[in-house]
Amino acid sequence: MDGDAQNPTRRKLLQCMAVAGAGTLWTVSGGVPSPFRLGFGGEAHAAAPAGDFAFLQISDSHIGFHGDANPDAGATLQEAVGRIAQLPQRPAMILHTGDVSHTSKEEQFAVAEDVLKTAGLDIHYVPGEHDTIGDNGAAFFARFAKGVKTGGWYSFDQGGVHFVALVNVVNLKANGLGRLGPAQLEWLEKDLKGKSASTPVVVYAHMPLWPVYPDWGWGTEDATKAFTYMKRFGSVTVLNGHIHQVVQKIEGNLSFHTAMSTAYPQPAPGQGSGPGPLKLPTEQLGAALGIRSLDYRPGQPGVAIADRNLAT
Amino acid sequence: MMRAAIAALVVLGALTSGFVWRSTVSAATAPGHAMCFANRSAAHHATPVADAPNQVVIDNFIFGPAELHVPPGTEVVWINRDDEPHTVVSAADQPLFKSPPLDTNEKFAFVFKQPGRYPYFCSIHPRMRGVIVVP
Repeated sequence: MDGDAQNPTRRKLLQCMAVAGAGTLWTVSGGVPSPFRLGFGGEAHAAAPAGDFAFLQISDSHIGFHGDANPDAGATLQEAVGRIAQLPQRPAMILHTGDVSHTSKEEQFAVAEDVLKTAGLDIHYVPGEHDTIGDNGAAFFARFAKGVKTGGWYSFDQGGVHFVALVNVVNLKANGLGRLGPAQLEWLEKDLKGKSASTPVVVYAHMPLWPVYPDWGWGTEDATKAFTYMKRFGSVTVLNGHIHQVVQKIEGNLSFHTAMSTAYPQPAPGQGSGPGPLKLPTEQLGAALGIRSLDYRPGQPGVAIADRNLAT
Repeated sequence: MMRAAIAALVVLGALTSGFVWRSTVSAATAPGHAMCFANRSAAHHATPVADAPNQVVIDNFIFGPAELHVPPGTEVVWINRDDEPHTVVSAADQPLFKSPPLDTNEKFAFVFKQPGRYPYFCSIHPRMRGVIVVP
């Protein structure tokens, strides 16, 4: 279905606005997103009234990556952290959705931690598959998720929102996708059971929980079961990384959002010969990297989302 | 820039159709968008060619050759030619071999002593698979 062809004016507006690098803020209401404010970069200070609960998503820092697509992933992470000071409302905390490191090395974790620390905010991490190579994430959890139970998943409540951190990057099976596993699914069912259906829920994990492009491994093979536990809630916002670009999908009261990387872009799903790092002309890199600010206003049904690239 | 353009279209797709990914495809491939989308080469999945015997090359998320036959006692060497790290992990229930992460141009070697069929995969990208066959 190509419904947007019936609305070329709005399509063109959004398209060219995006090309110009402007941010867009979307509110999710009843499962349907609506544009909240355009020209976010220039009007940032009007975006978040006091009293809102603001938080941030950072993803795919890939410290240790030195490929052509970005020779200095540390510098772009630092730049991303620097953007926090420009946000209309200081976020209460940060969610890092994984691939902190490129190859799970201690020195990469240490550099990432030093840079992210400069944000001066609490950071809640989930690992990416690049963070769990060889040790199923032992080094990652020891540094970034001290005290979490075996497996690395956890939940907490803040600002009126219930946050659920899922791990879908360990014990992957040959020819499989991301995987939650039965123990985590059982925990998730129990964790959500006690919550009122009106509680806004934010779920975050590294790999997309919905099948964005399974041929490239962009999905989670047993996530459907997780969705059955989430469907009774009025608003569930699912935040992922992994694919280094913003792709969003709405399904009933579940909305799915992958985020930009702070390190390098990847091709659009299925475009080109594989999902490797995408080399852009140097002057275009900043527009392909970014952070995401999120905003919950008590009484509103969902969470407003603004993706901000590093070029604006 | 391209990413941002796609993101906006994807959200627009959600507004109009409720099914984002299909809308993205149709929007990105529709004529008249030359202004905002760079030309993309057609997808090709060429199997990488090893440049030495008993070698498996990892290139563009593919093990090549996907199936390698070697006599008993052969040392097989994998080399990663991607910008992306990969691993070489035995797919057996009791894994016989398991490489550390192989970054660009890093190698891993394993000697196959006994006859058998040895499937393996990349534990980071589990869709990547190969097999070593020892007759």
